[in-house]
Amino acid sequence: MTASEIRALFAVVSRPEVVSLAGGMPAVTALPLDSVGSMIGALVSRLGAQALQYGSGQGDERLREQILQVMALEGITDASADEVVVTVGSQQGLDLLARVFLDPGDVILAESPSYVGALGTFQAAQAHVVHVDMDESGLVPEALAAALAGLAAQGRQAKFLYTVPNFHNPAGVTLSEPRREQILALAEAYDLLVIEDNPYGLLGFEHEPLRALRARNAERVIYLGSFSKTFAPGLRVGWVCAPHAVRDKLVLASEAQVLCPPALSQLVVAEYLDSQPWFEQVKVFRELYHERRDATLEALTALMPADVTWTRPEGGFYVWVTLPEGLDAKAMQPRAVHARVAYVPGIGFYADGQGARHLRLSYCFPDPDRIREGVRRLAGVVEEELELRATFLGSSDERAVRRDASAPQGSAPGEVSSRTRGGQPHGQADTPGPDLP
Amino acid sequence: MSQGAPRAVVLSGGLAFEREVSLRSGRRVVEALRHAGVETSVADADANLLSTLAADPADALFIALHGAAGEDGSLRRVLELAGIPYVGTPADRCRIAWDKPSAKAAVRATGHLTPDWVALPHSTFRELGAGAILDLMVARLGLPLLIKPAQGGSALGVERIGAAPDLPSAMVSCFAYGDTVLIERFIAGVEVAVSVLDAADGPQALPAVEIVPASGVFDYAARYTAGMTAYHTPARLEAEVSARVGQLAVEVHRALGLRDLSRTDAIVDADGGVHFLEVNVSPGMTETSLLPMSVVAAGLDLGRTLRGMVAAAASRGTIVTTV
Repeated sequence: MTASEIRALFAVVSRPEVVSLAGGMPAVTALPLDSVGSMIGALVSRLGAQALQYGSGQGDERLREQILQVMALEGITDASADEVVVTVGSQQGLDLLARVFLDPGDVILAESPSYVGALGTFQAAQAHVVHVDMDESGLVPEALAAALAGLAAQGRQAKFLYTVPNFHNPAGVTLSEPRREQILALAEAYDLLVIEDNPYGLLGFEHEPLRALRARNAERVIYLGSFSKTFAPGLRVGWVCAPHAVRDKLVLASEAQVLCPPALSQLVVAEYLDSQPWFEQVKVFRELYHERRDATLEALTALMPADVTWTRPEGGFYVWVTLPEGLDAKAMQPRAVHARVAYVPGIGFYADGQGARHLRLSYCFPDPDRIREGVRRLAGVVEEELELRATFLGSSDERAVRRDASAPQGSAPGEVSSRTRGGQPHGQADTPGPDLP
Repeated sequence: MSQGAPRAVVLSGGLAFEREVSLRSGRRVVEALRHAGVETSVADADANLLSTLAADPADALFIALHGAAGEDGSLRRVLELAGIPYVGTPADRCRIAWDKPSAKAAVRATGHLTPDWVALPHSTFRELGAGAILDLMVARLGLPLLIKPAQGGSALGVERIGAAPDLPSAMVSCFAYGDTVLIERFIAGVEVAVSVLDAADGPQALPAVEIVPASGVFDYAARYTAGMTAYHTPARLEAEVSARVGQLAVEVHRALGLRDLSRTDAIVDADGGVHFLEVNVSPGMTETSLLPMSVVAAGLDLGRTLRGMVAAAASRGTIVTTV
């Protein structure tokens, strides 16, 4: 099935009959929309001349000061507003970094799997992505060390490591405290730049946020932040926190792209942070997503066939599911659409063709009842697919993986077996070296 | 029918795999009809459809739905029950055209060529053993084979298989689209599509479109991505072959009892034999679709042509059907 066929199937997702566990849309209806609406109205009346005018290419100064306070919640206390560049969502920040750092053929390191939007940006920059294994504790330091050593042996160096350390998209796992130090030690040893993409860090369910990588190393880590998950994605406000030399290049690149980030959106965020109980609202989001995470995990445990495994996220939006050997989440998608349930096939989260056995479920948008119904439908789809496979390929026939025979099978970060109800996750820690052309 | 210009509702969207194509077809039809002076609105095939049509009746519906409900006759049957005039083939005739094995059998019965085929549900493979049946198919039909869902369009789920070991996996993928798979002998040749429109003196074939996909396979991406397929209209066929291609399409239209418009897909082999592949009662109407190309190649205006169909449907008046 081609990318255009997948897009075609997604056209059905917008219909209310379909339970979409596909898109990562924040639950913006949980916002106090009346209050936000009044706030925006008053803001335009009071500051319309500024809000509707061009602004600074680096971003509104007041907002950049407030961003420092937001980052302080994750331990970043030594940044200055001068290091912050406001962007049109953190996606523009990623694009700016790719423009500043990447030349065609450059190597970058990214988790296995990795955020599809980042992979698209790196692909547009014609970079070569080398995936590094992760498990239930996030990026595996030994795998990173092997990748770095492999590159060094070839006389090459990665331009940077791209990582989503908290509540990973799509894997759902979080980089553990000890590994944060290990990863940064490796970055020092190999003179490696780290791009820390952290849109979900404040949305943890079970513990306070871990100190950001940027909080531990200000010289080597460039930080991407976003208000899309803590406030509203429709405003498209994110930021990059980078050392001065990089900051200047980012501002120039951003001015070339968009002149300045939207003044109205920036003022809305600034006003929201100043005048509304924004962190209380973050706690509301946490509770909401926590309930939905629980509904997802409970339904998976109750309904999924044996040999289906999944991760157990402690925050964020996503559960990463691994199907039994031989099943292909992309090939299964028409059956899922027919059953009126949608997910994202795993193959999109790899730059090298891995991921056939994986799929991403998002629990952020549907309510718990819809989530349970969606998982029930998905379980039926998997059962039917298993039955078909048994008919044509036998239960352990190697021919089932014909389409992926030339690609390495994706590892499964932090899998939880369907049979270990509430049990401890077990990870895989294969550490292949980089696969360069 | 109301006085003056007719009013039309274009149905597009739906819940089939081909929703995206249908939405694109719908937009094109709406634009063409409006350009031709037809007051046109658009509706999705959802739970609001009947109440919407009852509250604001149109002179006729144009069905730009592709895939199950739009082509299998089910939605048309509901429209007939509601007495709503529509452009296109009646419900009971759609069922044969929609089901590829049924259509092939009906066309073969008229004496035309169609590639040899077998169509079987999953249950048969499960009960009798897939390996033996697949071996039998390869022995009887040879290789390469085309695997396609027995129902459905836009080449979704279609795969060409050149080696027997690839067959089981292809079957698994194809069954994701439906309960029955059509396995067809592959015929090499020139792929053509012939659109047929009903005229005052009967169905008329428009110039055939020759399809040359860059990848060699006219799959979903090749169909709906501009630049991925070269089209030659009229097809680069000898006049005599071209005439037989048109004749096939008209006879399919007649034999299957189709109405207003249809599109027949066929292959012309190296010896000039014309093989029927399938027929479509709700042809694509997108920017890269074949029927609009044929209309233009015939020197017709798409908007006026569609307006004529809407007027014809409206003139048939409220449908009276038995239940």
